[in-house]
Amino acid sequence: MEKKLKYTLLALFGALTGFVNGFFGGGGGMICVPLLIYAAKEPVKKAHATALLIILPVSVVSAIFYFSFGSLDLSVLLKSGIGVVAGGILGALLLSRLSNDIIKMVFSAVMLAAGVRMLFF
Amino acid sequence: MEIVFMALCGLLAGIIGGMGMGGGTLLIPMLTVFFGVGQHAAQAVNLVSFIPMSAAALFIHMKNELIDYKKALIIIAPALASAVGGSFLAKSTRGEALGRFFGGFLIILAALQIITFIANKKKEKKGKKA
Repeated sequence: MEKKLKYTLLALFGALTGFVNGFFGGGGGMICVPLLIYAAKEPVKKAHATALLIILPVSVVSAIFYFSFGSLDLSVLLKSGIGVVAGGILGALLLSRLSNDIIKMVFSAVMLAAGVRMLFF
Repeated sequence: MEIVFMALCGLLAGIIGGMGMGGGTLLIPMLTVFFGVGQHAAQAVNLVSFIPMSAAALFIHMKNELIDYKKALIIIAPALASAVGGSFLAKSTRGEALGRFFGGFLIILAALQIITFIANKKKEKKGKKA
């Protein structure tokens, strides 16, 4: 019974993860990672890795739809995409070297500021 | 000049993303607020640029056997279906409204992050005392 409940929970939040990632064009990992840690009891590293396997196909599907809707701006993609890929590699390498606490706090503050700006202005 | 600044913003978002902290939630507001990119276009760029970055990371994680395939499968199936629904809903939402929703989403995420951060710190302290 408990196993059934857990799987239902995973499926339900999985649906939420996909919806958020499709609707907002990202951010599904922010739901998926805690889901894997708290509901599926995965260790943190495994949760992050498994979340990637989930978000990747979800992003591919969403990207195909966004593209078919004509939302993709190739010039913006090229200009920022180079940075994203280079930064992604750098971030993965830096992962263990920097203090995560400080980055987390700064990142949260930036998100909060951006959120307020976008919601109210 | 714009290409340099956009690439730098991408770099910053990529670093955060590569560290597994959700770089997309940073790239989208940077593109819309600093460069006036439309909300839909920013979201599309984020989706596409996430693909090569995460594919590379995923490859490394698979080699290190850090993936729980069974649980991933349970989550992927409904996630794929609702991703289609989410994409269509985004399409029929006006950019300005979508941006505001996104702002609300960011505030919720930031609040959750701060709460879990504080909770984890408290736990750590307790663990040290015991």
